[in-house]
Amino acid sequence: MSAQLHAFLERREKVKEKANAPITQPQVFVGMGTCGIAAGAQDVLKALREEMDKHNLRATIKKVGCIGMCEQEVLVDVQFPGSPRVTYGNVTPKKVSRIVESHLKEHVPVQEWVVGEVATPDDPYPGNPFYTKQKRIVLRKCGFIDPESIDEYIAMDGYSGLVSVLTRMTPEEVIEEVKKSGLRGRGGAGFNTGLKWEFARKAPGDTKYMVCNADEGDPGAFMDRSVLEGDPHAVIEGMIIGAYAVGARSGYLYVRAEYPLAIKRLKKAIADAREMALLGENILGTGFSFDLKIKEGAGAFVCGEETALLASIMGQRGMPRPRPPFPAQKGLWDCPTVINNVETYANIPGILVLGGDWFASMGTEKSKGTKVFALTGKVANTGLAEVPMGITLREIIFDVGGGIQGGRQFKAVQIGGPSGGCLPESLLDTPIDYDQLNRTGAIMGSGGLVVLDDRTCMVDVAKFFLKFTQSESCGKCTPCREGTLRMLEMLENISQGKGTEDDLLKLERLAETVKDASLCGLGQTAPNPVLTTIRYFRHEYLAHIKDKTCPAGACKHLITFYIDAEACTGCTVCAKSCPVAAITGERKKPHVIDPALCIKCGACEESCKFGAVLRGKEGAV
Amino acid sequence: MSQPQTINLDAVREILSRHKDTKGALITVLQEIQEAYGYLPRPALSEVSAAMGVPLSKIFGVVTFYAQFHLKPRGKHVIRVCLGTACHVRGGERMLEKVGEILGIGPGETTDDQKFTLERVACLGACGLAPALMIGDQTYGRLTGKRVEELIKQYREN
Repeated sequence: MSAQLHAFLERREKVKEKANAPITQPQVFVGMGTCGIAAGAQDVLKALREEMDKHNLRATIKKVGCIGMCEQEVLVDVQFPGSPRVTYGNVTPKKVSRIVESHLKEHVPVQEWVVGEVATPDDPYPGNPFYTKQKRIVLRKCGFIDPESIDEYIAMDGYSGLVSVLTRMTPEEVIEEVKKSGLRGRGGAGFNTGLKWEFARKAPGDTKYMVCNADEGDPGAFMDRSVLEGDPHAVIEGMIIGAYAVGARSGYLYVRAEYPLAIKRLKKAIADAREMALLGENILGTGFSFDLKIKEGAGAFVCGEETALLASIMGQRGMPRPRPPFPAQKGLWDCPTVINNVETYANIPGILVLGGDWFASMGTEKSKGTKVFALTGKVANTGLAEVPMGITLREIIFDVGGGIQGGRQFKAVQIGGPSGGCLPESLLDTPIDYDQLNRTGAIMGSGGLVVLDDRTCMVDVAKFFLKFTQSESCGKCTPCREGTLRMLEMLENISQGKGTEDDLLKLERLAETVKDASLCGLGQTAPNPVLTTIRYFRHEYLAHIKDKTCPAGACKHLITFYIDAEACTGCTVCAKSCPVAAITGERKKPHVIDPALCIKCGACEESCKFGAVLRGKEGAV
Repeated sequence: MSQPQTINLDAVREILSRHKDTKGALITVLQEIQEAYGYLPRPALSEVSAAMGVPLSKIFGVVTFYAQFHLKPRGKHVIRVCLGTACHVRGGERMLEKVGEILGIGPGETTDDQKFTLERVACLGACGLAPALMIGDQTYGRLTGKRVEELIKQYREN
């Protein structure tokens, strides 16, 4: 055994012992993912330190990644030796003083703010419906370890997969194991990972590259960000194992620049792994060498497409090229290159520790393992949920997600971001499975799941996504560059009540053409939101076209704001909030909106505490 | 917008000395220059072109392709309002209007005092806390019109 390996095993034993030993002083965990920080975790942390100083209390403060309950951020956990770890939700700096005084000082938890008690990483909150149907593999360590500590990762069997690969397996055996697991790419297209590795291994050439696509650009998606922020070493370990299997000596992590925290944590993780001889020359003394570089994206959605991403790594405009040749044959600087997504790599260490059969025992016939979804929109529990493949959309939205916010009516679920589609109630029993989702016209995609309620207009949703893909189209091929623009114009017309039935037919025909004829995945999938909304919500398009109404009351051109004279208390708040002074009325008397002045910004509706501002059909009032 | 007549290019040369021989480093070099100067000054690009042997036209091609690069100076605080799916359905567009209203500028513009630049961004990945925006490197979520006012006031003062 090499000295480096010996040192690693010794350290592993020591940190495991430490992790398993009962704690001797109180511990406080603060959720410090981007979600937590955006909700004010920094201020909470500062308040926590100040309050503890004030009371002369000692506790270990641990900064952890996201545990998934975005809705309840900021999350703070308090644990005493010999007691369960108690979680507080929606913590603010103001609440901190009471938590410190009551719980940390007097040992009495502030029950009214408690969200639950943490059990194990596999089932963090037993009985909490948000977690009951989850199966945490990729997210297992998120929220439990300090993502900036390599020791805490190692204590939870981190880098153990790499050790067994390097000491006991040939590259071919690694590929066999990954193939056996049935793992398919989590970035959207769902190509078999083991097979991709095999292609790259067999491709001729001495120089090969591993690339991690962390250019998570789909609006509504934050799975990869949470994994990178909460468990960066898992991705790095997955890449090293892949590099050994493929025969690559260097690799790139392509991370979008909008994720500064993920980049910071990855940099730290890479430096720590290098220091322990897990990365760099002669890894663990086994003679295998592999090193990683971070490339920051520069703000182009199309770079999530693999050939565009490669161009960007090489310092060029991020434009796609036709395939074949596939990157596994000709990628970076014409060398064989494997590109996998963050979540795909994060699955690898577990597969090598517990075996391909273990992984393949979860899921459906052709979709194995789990999938992480970013559950957002009008769902009651927004957050990050990892579910076994085969679970239905209904279970995710109504059991995990807790149904619709404010008890409103479910209308549709948008799955797969701008490349995916909108599915109606009647398809909610579709299982999470690559092939079955494809049949609905949507796709698995990278994991964005946006729930829409009865106030969301489907024409508006289609327009939103198309506007996005249209502006992100790189302009290289005509169907995508021109086609998406023409489609957007037709949608604009329809949403303004200026469309005709003929437009709807043209829109469908053009959408099919763009889908068939575009060069890369961006153009090939951009029409999906349009096609699925027309397919499942045609009546809504027709309402805009024939009746010149927006049934959901969302399309500005087709609605009028008015004030319900009976509900209005004359509090004047709406008049003050109106940017164009279109609202008049005396104090304590019903107010009136002048439709000629109103710009339909909705500020009055947002400010009214009595629900007296209503939306009606354009010209109705 | 006034651009200083002479720009000290020492930082550019230092950045180039570290990267010019690494293959594919053009974007990294541009990112570091922008980090140092706040934008990409024209003389800096000429320097990059000469040192890396890349035609200036190619560099402009790269610079104008990516949304992150700027050829003009920007404000001290860059406000990026998220217009991702979740923010869209929870009122992101309205937040953009609100920020624009307070600052008196539109997306892509900088205030006259060079304090703020307003930008739209496709998604910040803070969907669970929609609507959200970013000021500098800080992300703020669960916005309301009032909270936006407070935030800008806070940044205006420092």
